[in-house]
Amino acid sequence: MAQQPPQNYGYMQQPIPIPQNGQHNNQGLVNGGYQQMNLPPNMNPVNPLKPPLTMPGQQQVPNITTSNVPLIQAPTSINYQNFQTNALYAGVNGSNSALSSRTSSPGIQQQNLAPNAAIPTSQLPPSKSYPSYQHLPGQQQMQSPVSMPPPLMNPQQQQSSSQFPMTPLSTNNSNVNNNNVSEASNNTQMPTNINPGPTLMPSSQLSGPPHLSASMANLTINSSVPNFPTQMPSSKSDQNLLNNNNLQTKQLQKRPMYPQQQQNPSMQPMNPSLQPMNPSMAVPQQPQQFQAMSPQQPFNNFPGPQQNVQQQPQQARENLQYQNFQQQPQPNQFPGSVVNQGFNKMWGRETIDLMQNRHVLPTTKVVSPPVKLNHQFHEATNCNPDIFRCTLTKIPESNSLLQKSRLPLGVLIHPYRDLSNLPVISCSTIVRCRVCRTYINPFVFFVDSKKWKCNLCYRINELPDEFQYDPVSKTYGDPTRRPEIRSSTIEFIAPSEYMLRPPQPAVYLFLLDVSSLAQQSGYLDIACQTIQEQLDNLPGDARAQVGFIAFNSAVHFYNIAENFNQPHEITVLEVDDVFLPCPDNLLINLKECRELINDLLQQLPKRFANEHDNKSALGAALQAALKLMNATGGRVTVFQTCLPNHGPGALQSREDPNNRSSKDVQHLGPATDFYKRLALDCSGQQIAVDLFLLNSQYSDLSTLSGISKFSGGSIHHFPLFNINKPQQVTEFQRDLTRYLTRKIGFESVMRVRCTRGLSIHTFHGNFFVRSTDLLSLPNVNPDAGFAMQITYEESLADVKTVCFQAALLYTSSKAERRIRVHTLCLPVTESLTEVMHSADQQCIVGLLAKMAVDRSLSSNLSDARDAFINATVDVFSAFKLAQNLPSGASGLIAPQNLSLFPLYILALLKQVAFRTGTSTRLDDRVFAMCQMKSLPLDQLIRYIYPDFFLLDSLFSDDTDKTDPPRLQLTAERLDSRSMFLLDNGVNMFVYVGSNANPSIIKNVFGKNTVNEIPDVCYNLPNLETPSNEALHDFINTLNEEKPFNPTIQIIRDTSPCRSLIVQYFVDDRNENSLSYYEFLQHLRTQVK
Amino acid sequence: MGFSFSAASYIVALIGDAFLIFFSIFHTISFDELKTDYKNPIDSCNSLNPLVLPEYALHLLINIIFLIAGEWFSLCLNLPLIGYHIWRYKNRPQGMSGPGLYDPTNIMNSDTLSKCMKEGWIKLGVYLLSFFYYLYGMISSLIAT
Repeated sequence: MAQQPPQNYGYMQQPIPIPQNGQHNNQGLVNGGYQQMNLPPNMNPVNPLKPPLTMPGQQQVPNITTSNVPLIQAPTSINYQNFQTNALYAGVNGSNSALSSRTSSPGIQQQNLAPNAAIPTSQLPPSKSYPSYQHLPGQQQMQSPVSMPPPLMNPQQQQSSSQFPMTPLSTNNSNVNNNNVSEASNNTQMPTNINPGPTLMPSSQLSGPPHLSASMANLTINSSVPNFPTQMPSSKSDQNLLNNNNLQTKQLQKRPMYPQQQQNPSMQPMNPSLQPMNPSMAVPQQPQQFQAMSPQQPFNNFPGPQQNVQQQPQQARENLQYQNFQQQPQPNQFPGSVVNQGFNKMWGRETIDLMQNRHVLPTTKVVSPPVKLNHQFHEATNCNPDIFRCTLTKIPESNSLLQKSRLPLGVLIHPYRDLSNLPVISCSTIVRCRVCRTYINPFVFFVDSKKWKCNLCYRINELPDEFQYDPVSKTYGDPTRRPEIRSSTIEFIAPSEYMLRPPQPAVYLFLLDVSSLAQQSGYLDIACQTIQEQLDNLPGDARAQVGFIAFNSAVHFYNIAENFNQPHEITVLEVDDVFLPCPDNLLINLKECRELINDLLQQLPKRFANEHDNKSALGAALQAALKLMNATGGRVTVFQTCLPNHGPGALQSREDPNNRSSKDVQHLGPATDFYKRLALDCSGQQIAVDLFLLNSQYSDLSTLSGISKFSGGSIHHFPLFNINKPQQVTEFQRDLTRYLTRKIGFESVMRVRCTRGLSIHTFHGNFFVRSTDLLSLPNVNPDAGFAMQITYEESLADVKTVCFQAALLYTSSKAERRIRVHTLCLPVTESLTEVMHSADQQCIVGLLAKMAVDRSLSSNLSDARDAFINATVDVFSAFKLAQNLPSGASGLIAPQNLSLFPLYILALLKQVAFRTGTSTRLDDRVFAMCQMKSLPLDQLIRYIYPDFFLLDSLFSDDTDKTDPPRLQLTAERLDSRSMFLLDNGVNMFVYVGSNANPSIIKNVFGKNTVNEIPDVCYNLPNLETPSNEALHDFINTLNEEKPFNPTIQIIRDTSPCRSLIVQYFVDDRNENSLSYYEFLQHLRTQVK
Repeated sequence: MGFSFSAASYIVALIGDAFLIFFSIFHTISFDELKTDYKNPIDSCNSLNPLVLPEYALHLLINIIFLIAGEWFSLCLNLPLIGYHIWRYKNRPQGMSGPGLYDPTNIMNSDTLSKCMKEGWIKLGVYLLSFFYYLYGMISSLIAT
């Protein structure tokens, strides 16, 4: 262990080949070579295909006969056993039977597998159509297995063939080695007998599968330990491992544990058991033949039996290659031949064994899987995935198919996103379907030039003559040139029939808490100052109005009129039945009374500075606001610093500070429905209430949030705010500025329609559901995201595509009634494999997070946590069934597109909203839950799993600078010679290693040494050096899509603030949660 | 005496049951209106919530009369429904300050809505069947005297 190089990411590296049984290998290769068509699917041996190569560090296993470590030791210690089978989404229980029946009837599965298991010749594309798939020439693939049986039949000979006939190949192409590593590692894990149930391996096969599995567990449990490089191996299992190592080295003739490349030739004598049995074997020729056939082949994409042959000799080398391999996870090559693999790749059906590829996060941005429609124009015009996204990019044709996949079906939408180019059209008649009122969109079908068929209800509608006119080219004729048909996101300026009343002025009312706690926090200065600065930037036309109400134990109104020379304060002491002291002049025109408003905002902070009133009558102030804005609607902004404890809606403190880290989290739900009912009243009057909570003590956000949740507002939280903390002041100012200046839509409603056969089940976000598909949003803002769960009403077997259309009707701040329409079109599929391979992991995680919040509120937090794990286990079990993997197979096979799913789920389990064991203030937890419900997906993912970059490439002198790679959030990635950047959307941390290059430090920070960087250091200096500019440019590109620029904090690795960044390393284990690898192991034991 | 107390209990039950039938019809119609977007959930819930407790009370009253009249069989028939009512009210949405079962913010969830619909129809069926049973009970008790 002590020799373990730092780059050894959790795996032990020992290049000792495992003495493999030939039969085992034999079976796999034959199978792989001849394809599985004539085998019953269940007999399909997954792993035996793999060559007898082993994972570094796991090879000593067969020599050890005494390890008896409980396999599930790590998970059980975290108390995960009591899983209930309640998955998050409804209807899942019903599908249990479906799943189990599938296991018992392999015949059914064969159907689904067909495309995977073997490629019928009819499905092969015409050969000229894939010249680019060089590694896939059909003929060769068909040939190669046939040409290979002699070498393949006897793997022991392959091992003996470590006369290295093919070493040149391996040295030339490191990618091959990479492949080998993943295959090899697969192989070692294969014989683990962890899962109860039939193993497919012959019993005579290996002398030690159980031991292998046992020490495997050892290894893998350990593997999380080196995550913190400083941690000493101390646990029992560590010692076990050490012992094993000793044992191993003795038995294997004292070979070095970490041989270098030059030790390669010594490999052969190491394995006396693997002496050649059949000298006539053809292996040496094989790779040559292979090379001759296609010398330029990209081997990294060429999985299959051929490589098996080469693997033994490369074994030593792979240890070195393994480090490269970490960067780029290779798709797992389990059952299937070359043809199969190649086609899987072509069809986007790659799979990956998560147990082998711990570093699954791509170094570039995670993108949603593309929607593939059989229509190029439709594909090009489909809605931007940042706006509208579905958890499955291929919709299952029936509910039963969806249940088999165990994936949640829903759409996530960010309807009012700030867009740079949005086609806006103004026309007298907006073309809509007469039955379902769908807006015309790119995915409709034109029966002829006068008629169109609705793509949601399939009714044939007349096309108005006006629609023949193309406003861009100013010609008549082809309706498909209209902007409505050319863009799936479009905005209409609505005619008067879309208004219930004339557009109202933009009205902004500010409710300011002036209780003694508010005075202590000093927020009032900042808030008033920021509001004053941004008054000119408030969206609105000349009629825009503002108003101010301050509240402590009384409600203070400010009467401002043009003829006054200073604002008048009117105090209403009667808070139990609050009334408006004067009928007008409480809301005043922003432009006309600008001076007086400035005056008021300057006086307000001082006005209450000497009053020590510790009561807060928020309820009364809100009631007054409702009365004040009854006629016009608008936006109420509440600044609250303490628990409302006076008048209507008074609350008691419910949090027990000693209970903050307990498993059983109480009081997630509201204490009273006062705020909810008030929100509904506000919603009816088109008033939205936004809440800024700047509390220094428990303020019962779970109850207070109701006022924003149900009125379409937004919630902002600044825990422990104090004016003496400059960082918090900056954050608050930045957030408030963005809030005041961002676009706003008033009197808005959003309707989501979907193709007949589907219906909307549950909505997530801040709004009030007014009817089955209509959301009432008194205000809509560009930072609000929504989600809808979808259910089936009937089968979709007879349709090819499904469309979702979201139409947001709102009054802009310029008093225009507008409709923003987004349409998303998705294909329908009947194949379970396709469904699984089309899943959008980020979207699924986003939806699951929202569902889990609901579950925490309706049931409890531990239920929600269990549901996360069950959902993950279900998905992997379903995939295993869909792929027809044997139940005994080890590894955790995931489709490539779901490879990050466990990573995100684990991050969610450690998120403030769902974590247990760590001390978490209730308000913080509730706020995190509110964020889960209302953040748009791109921000939500960053909130769950922050972006982490290695910055070194920015400062290199090369001319072709690459973008800094993304890294997984684990401390093992930290390096004292490098600089890192962590971006969670709200904060950015630049982490500087203590041994970083001093010239770079000088260039970037203007400091001579790392130690000159202070412990608490905010903001990056602006220096005129290339490195500094490169970092600024990089940060600016990261900030492009964000609502506001995060604050930047620079952290030395020796700084006491280091914990700020370490807390985001969710892949690592901490006192009461699993590391990523342990989590995978836990999943593997659960996956049936 | 041509008119026993048990006959009287059945007559009262008949009249009460007729009201209960009206209640459940009203429920089903309201939920149907919600489903077809004719009504605002706030209004619907505001009109439905005050009716929930009177319905339960009326049903309980009928059964108390059965208890007094010693109509054990009829009482037993109604016991499950009483139990259901108690369970249902215990599990009403959290944090409701007023009486009633329906929360306008989650009533539009299609699960909740379909559950309420189903509940309305089943109750309507139960009340209709018990109406005819009470009629039979009234006649038989009248004949017996």
